[in-house]
Amino acid sequence: MALITVRYFASIREKLGRSEDRLETAGGETVLGIWQRVSDGPLPPNTLVAVNQEYATPDARVQAGDEVAFFPPVTGG
Amino acid sequence: MTIRVQEAAFNPWEVLAAYELVAGERLAGQTGGAAVFVGTMRDFNQGQAVSAMTLEHYPGMTEAYLEKIRTEAHRRWELVDSLILHRVGPLKPGEPIVLVACWAAHRDAAFAACRYLIDELKTRAPFWKQEQTDSGLRWVDQNQS
Repeated sequence: MALITVRYFASIREKLGRSEDRLETAGGETVLGIWQRVSDGPLPPNTLVAVNQEYATPDARVQAGDEVAFFPPVTGG
Repeated sequence: MTIRVQEAAFNPWEVLAAYELVAGERLAGQTGGAAVFVGTMRDFNQGQAVSAMTLEHYPGMTEAYLEKIRTEAHRRWELVDSLILHRVGPLKPGEPIVLVACWAAHRDAAFAACRYLIDELKTRAPFWKQEQTDSGLRWVDQNQS
């Protein structure tokens, strides 16, 4: 089965009420398309996305086995 | 050359003394200066008292980005060595959050690289602060300079 892992952090994790989803994919979906499958609203402004732990854009395409992450602007340091 | 993300509280000056003890031979002679930045938790933010904080991070991506920015700094400036240490988990006001240190032959490189590392860490490393205030928990939505 072709799966992707979708992870959520900080305020986005709290809003969705979970830290992770596993989705079946045929491959070739965009990050934005993944967001539309896991949430019932638009991608909040300023949301950052990562694919396989590298920053990406919402139009990036994802493949089976990828790890996609959604999180708010970072505030470390 | 060390990157560390840890829950345990640390004393930056003890960390540096211990690090120089181990790396001493490599640093001695070549190093003409070291620049150090220590970031500490305040007890106020955006006009409100803050009594505690929790730092969340993205394990794996955080370390990868710290390593990435450190590699960029070493490419850009002639550094002898560098160190980044960052807390995660629960913190209290006054506790150190982050330690950045750069050793170089000359001060310009040490200062510039240290500044680069803390600035890039704040904009690219996936950490998130949640503050406890009198009116409850709130996520910090953006860093101030």
